[in-house]
Amino acid sequence: MDLRLSSAEPTAAEQDVVDTALSGMLATPTDNQPFTDTGHNARGRRHLLLPALHAVSDTVGWISPGALNYIARRLSVAPADVYGVATFYALFSTEPRAARVVHVCDDIVCSLAGGKAVATALTAENVCWLPSPCLGLCERAPAVLHQLAGEPDFSQAPATPAKVLVAARGGTDAATADQEFANARMSAPQSGRAGVRLLGRIGVIDPTSLDDYRAHGGYAALRRAIQLGPSRVIAEVRDSGLTGRGGAAFPTGVKWNGVATAPQRPHYLICNADESEPGTFKDRVLMELDPFGLIEAMTIAGYATGCEVGYLYIRGEYPLATRRIQAAIEIACRRGYLGSDVMGEGFAFDIELRRGAGAYICGEETALLNSIEGYRGEPRNKPPFPSVSGLFGKPTVINNVETLYNVLEILQIGGPHFAEIGAGRSTGTRLFCVSGAIAVPGVYEVAFGTTLRKLIELAGGVTGELRAVLLGGAAGGFVLPPQLDMPLTLEGAREIGATLGSGVVLVLSTAADIAGILRRIAAFFRDESCGQCVPCRVGTVRQEEALARLTRGAPRGSWETELVLLSDLAQVMQDASICGLGHTAPAAVQSALALGLLTAPPSPLSNGSTTVKVRP
Amino acid sequence: MLLSTIRRLVTITVDGRELRVPDGSTILQALYAVGDTTQADTPVLCWAPNLTPVNACRVCVVEVEGSRALVPCCARKVEDGMQVRTNPERVRHSRRMVLELLASSVDLSQAGGDVQRWIASYGVDPQRYGPPVAPADDRDHRHAGHHHYPDGSTAETVAQPVKIDNELYVRDYSRCIMCYKCVKACGTDAQFTFAIAAAGRSFDIRIATEYNSELPESACVYCGNCIGVCPTGALKSVREHVLRESGQWDPAAETVTTTICSFCGVGCNLELHVQHGQIVNVTSPSDHGVTHGHLCIKGRFGFQHVQNLPNQTNTHTGTPE
Repeated sequence: MDLRLSSAEPTAAEQDVVDTALSGMLATPTDNQPFTDTGHNARGRRHLLLPALHAVSDTVGWISPGALNYIARRLSVAPADVYGVATFYALFSTEPRAARVVHVCDDIVCSLAGGKAVATALTAENVCWLPSPCLGLCERAPAVLHQLAGEPDFSQAPATPAKVLVAARGGTDAATADQEFANARMSAPQSGRAGVRLLGRIGVIDPTSLDDYRAHGGYAALRRAIQLGPSRVIAEVRDSGLTGRGGAAFPTGVKWNGVATAPQRPHYLICNADESEPGTFKDRVLMELDPFGLIEAMTIAGYATGCEVGYLYIRGEYPLATRRIQAAIEIACRRGYLGSDVMGEGFAFDIELRRGAGAYICGEETALLNSIEGYRGEPRNKPPFPSVSGLFGKPTVINNVETLYNVLEILQIGGPHFAEIGAGRSTGTRLFCVSGAIAVPGVYEVAFGTTLRKLIELAGGVTGELRAVLLGGAAGGFVLPPQLDMPLTLEGAREIGATLGSGVVLVLSTAADIAGILRRIAAFFRDESCGQCVPCRVGTVRQEEALARLTRGAPRGSWETELVLLSDLAQVMQDASICGLGHTAPAAVQSALALGLLTAPPSPLSNGSTTVKVRP
Repeated sequence: MLLSTIRRLVTITVDGRELRVPDGSTILQALYAVGDTTQADTPVLCWAPNLTPVNACRVCVVEVEGSRALVPCCARKVEDGMQVRTNPERVRHSRRMVLELLASSVDLSQAGGDVQRWIASYGVDPQRYGPPVAPADDRDHRHAGHHHYPDGSTAETVAQPVKIDNELYVRDYSRCIMCYKCVKACGTDAQFTFAIAAAGRSFDIRIATEYNSELPESACVYCGNCIGVCPTGALKSVREHVLRESGQWDPAAETVTTTICSFCGVGCNLELHVQHGQIVNVTSPSDHGVTHGHLCIKGRFGFQHVQNLPNQTNTHTGTPE
């Protein structure tokens, strides 16, 4: 394949950052040999495309035609392909953009917490800002993310108009902003208390110190794993009954065993840290405050399933967690906890950190594979499943962050003991992200089987009168006050037609605008659909339009015809979409309709005094 | 195919009837080969016999025992003992909705006769989403993750201006259903030129060159293989576009003559599409062992000299040539 490029040339700075990003993996071109690594050699490194785009965007603030050409030449990828990848991600711009951009969360929790005031202030002061879906900082809402060219990004939460304005004008740097997150109690109110397992080290240890981590039980689990050997580690995990915590609840032991016994080599491990479900922030808190725990858990997973490389795909909107994990990986490498001979035990394991760039869909496991490989984050058709043909076509085990932390616990107390915690088939403890109209929002760890009522009490109770709980996030459903005694288990949720999903418990009081929340959810899926398949690409648009008409009180035909239309859309999205995003895109809307949560807006003729309840 | 490997047969059940089909075939291939009339009329949009399935349109979905969601039969391989149902209500519902969602957002008026027939037979009602929104001129510049919140009074569409930036073909993306066929034909399935790719995301996804540059500035080599696979008329030759625009396009009068390309020694089969004594398009059959339906610029567009006679008035268009 010959590349045909436009005449646009990169600036020296752009060329420099791309070369740095690719150094170590590809020979840097010299004056004598302009492009030494070409052809297959370069194309075999297409997985460096996303890091290269990040490098340019981080430094220059946008992906210029010259920079894009240079990346295309270095990696021998057609410029149209690079452009297709760059335009897939919300954090990249292919048009010139301000060097400082503020992403203001306008999702459910931040809107309830006054995120709009921040946006209004930024508009008034002529600051470049963009609305953003949930930034995963709901326990500190409202939140903003500063995306900066030439300096590290940082988040601010809780954000006040004054604080954000100072930062937007360059008055705050990442180090200062990160200090605002030092109080672990604010993210995990149970921290330091007895009885917590996954959160045991949160707020207790210094997240930047490996020695502190080891002094608090760190690397005991890996030693235990090495004592047991790979197959017995998998047996422990299988005995524990651990299921995936990312939302699909697939048995982890089965997944591990599938990859461990796959004859094809090499095997790959991926940690899915692209936590983007609106209202979810548990993985972020774990990574920020106990980063070595994830490194150790990934090492155990790699050891058990025969992987020498693990990819950690972290959400692009998590600058602090990225810094903490990056530092932890470096320290672990230096101290021999990662590398060619882990702890002198004779096995090799390395972690490659990859950053997402603003795409909810990349949390879908096959979309994540494509994203790492340097393609657009479009989900693949299954089968084949990743455990058979995953990253680079090889057997791949993909686990969520919280799932991996559970492995540490399993090795410490043993699989059978772990299985005794919880209720029924839902074993162990679970992290819930409690936010919204709640006294003390944060990540809470409770054993499976705890009731929703108890969890809300643990978080200090509802502020105001409870209207509903959005359980499972945008892809989940609503729970009404009479159902609060439901046990938080996979089965308990299924029984009332809900899902625990990624552990979102978004509490809504009677003051919340349910119609507005539903429209935000519909808009979220319309934006985050990858656009590949028709049911999801067009279905999410039509769902948003129909919902807009309903909530405006201007249905086409009657309320009933609109409800039929929404249900027709829901069915095709659930039945015929390629991936879980399409399958769950209508879930919250359908749940709200089934529970009668959507009411007609007050008629302008009746002084706004009456509301009509909609029954499906 | 004559020289294909001999494959073991597997037994699948389709709508209660047992079928013996070669291992490794897709469900769709099985339906085409041994299905009854209805099964063999399974609708397809993003599938083509000469391209790798991308299973993006989802119009060919069927129910497979043990699978919670419906599966695209164009891509799913048969397995021994597989239970397939092509006629449950949910299959018909999904097919109708996919066609309806497309018909409500894309101009399908130039899609083939099969598409029009499916739209009628599945009872598609695109009007129920409301009147279409006015054509947009910003579709090439929409940013992933951002859109204007609609009020629902009009239905969003992909309507946009036609792109005419070269003398050989036009890109009329108001008709594009994002089947990815052109991308596949330009890339790994035929031409390995990679001049175009899917760009953007969600409903704002589009087929684009880098930075939406015009085709002459892109890597395009004008093989026209993208035109050859486009199912909806989004990509077509300038000649066809001009004739259609001037109301002189006359498919009823079209004859097809098979011949062999005389430009080089490869021997590609050509099909000359002739209307009123004028060659209007050149294609190649997708089952041809040499071309697999794909041609180069000379085969597809190098026919003007045949009808470029001096001092002759084009009887069809009435203009002197």
